[in-house]
Amino acid sequence: MVSIEDVYHIANLAKIEITEEEAEKFRVEFEKILEYFNILDEVSEEIEPTFQVLPLKNVFRDDKPGKCLSQEEALMNARHRENGYFKGPRIFEG
Amino acid sequence: MITIKDWFERVEESSCYDAVSELIEKIERSKINAYITVCKDLALKKAEEFDKGKLKGKLAGVPVAVKDNITTKGIRTTCASKMLYNYIPVFDAHVVERLKQEGAIIIGKTNMDEFAMGTTTETSYFGVVRNPYDLNRVAGGSSGGSGAAIAAEETVLALGSDTGGSIRCPASFCGVFGLKPTYGLVSRYGLIPYANSLEQIGPMASCIEDLALLLEVIAGKDDRDSTNAGKEFRFNPKFRKLKIGVVKEMNANEDVMQRFYEVLEFLKKRHEIAEVSLPSLKYALASYYIIAMSEASSNLARYDGVRYGYALDHLTTWTKYFAKVRAEGFGEEVKRRIMLGSYALSAGYYGKYYLKALRVRTLVIEDFKRAFEKFDVLISPTMPSLPFKIGELADPLTMYKMDVNTVPINLAGVPALNVPVGFVKGLPVGVQLIGNYFDENTLLSLGLEIEKNLNSF
Repeated sequence: MVSIEDVYHIANLAKIEITEEEAEKFRVEFEKILEYFNILDEVSEEIEPTFQVLPLKNVFRDDKPGKCLSQEEALMNARHRENGYFKGPRIFEG
Repeated sequence: MITIKDWFERVEESSCYDAVSELIEKIERSKINAYITVCKDLALKKAEEFDKGKLKGKLAGVPVAVKDNITTKGIRTTCASKMLYNYIPVFDAHVVERLKQEGAIIIGKTNMDEFAMGTTTETSYFGVVRNPYDLNRVAGGSSGGSGAAIAAEETVLALGSDTGGSIRCPASFCGVFGLKPTYGLVSRYGLIPYANSLEQIGPMASCIEDLALLLEVIAGKDDRDSTNAGKEFRFNPKFRKLKIGVVKEMNANEDVMQRFYEVLEFLKKRHEIAEVSLPSLKYALASYYIIAMSEASSNLARYDGVRYGYALDHLTTWTKYFAKVRAEGFGEEVKRRIMLGSYALSAGYYGKYYLKALRVRTLVIEDFKRAFEKFDVLISPTMPSLPFKIGELADPLTMYKMDVNTVPINLAGVPALNVPVGFVKGLPVGVQLIGNYFDENTLLSLGLEIEKNLNSF
């Protein structure tokens, strides 16, 4: 069972504002999808998980400085900027 | 469709400039909606250079369409999302650098499902891609624009990306060749990430020879992707008797199976064919979606409306601004996947969903390894049905289930090729050839054999 509170909790974790209408739609869909995912309950806990498929370990490169973006390039896609910096929203109210 | 050979016949008749102009006019008149951005001026400039003998390389003068989740310096790259509708990358993806080094002409950026999340291209912020064989049907997804552009003769070659079938599905629905390479063969540097541990950039083309050439260009070492295997690819067609395994767990409806059996009958005359069972595939679809959604929830956390992409006029407080930008910038399917991924990774559910899905991945890999001890290639229908009508599949879970034959390949990281094998009810049908790790050569050789004999069965 997925409750409306669960949906709002998940939306808050994901930092996505949702409307009441969306919340109810997602609730019904999530219930169905999560029920399908429960098929994995049949799988043993003894099997080792695989995080990535290639047998690569500790891929290093030489610590040599390379080319990086200029300040202008880094900022060119930002809507809000000030004195050559990104300008973000305030962290605290008030 | 236009092969590279056809293309150069056109170029010789007039000029590369005229041939590219004609192609662009065709795209501008088209009802397919395969492109989000057409690079008219840049493409014509490159064509002019080719005509003057200044453009050199393996793909000199050949038009290539690039999926819009692959970054192109100075050319808008949107991921078919409102979130990136105005994003201009400041660097090229590795594969785009390679295309430029080999003289290719980038003709435009192709339409796709938003952030590559979908099977039909219906989730694109820029509208659905229509199937060139029936405008009321989907072209498949998520690389729908790339598949449709080849089928509609709006490009010669195309790049797609495949996280759970996103190259093979539109290749099947549009009747073109499409390869999901072995994980690590092609650098993902500059591929805007959705699910890193599953996705690969891959080639799409109207024939095997062209597909192989495009793969030769994009495969290879790149230090900027730490999961790059550092391997090159060279196509060396070999026609030998193969052991081919028909995957018991991968099925389709009658329309598709009828043609699939005809292909098997043809292959039986030349190769050894037997059924093979991969019992873990029962869990593959659920495992795939949990991993993909979990990785998506983490990857798409970068869209904060501050550094690039969609932004609001006024900066409020952090949490409110962030949640509002994402509410307005993301489409419904993207929100659904980010939210379910956040849930699967959240305290109390990590073991039940995410870790369990990774355990299933181990089982799937073991099943494929066992199968390749006995067989050289595995075969299945690519998609479980013919292309559906636009709007036909409204329920998300029903849509997810259309990926049942394609997602196990991404979980294991093995390569798989869609081979178009003709038409049923006027719509394209594809078969999926699955190979062992880094054995693209055998896949493409068998694909070539089917292509050359298509009219005889």
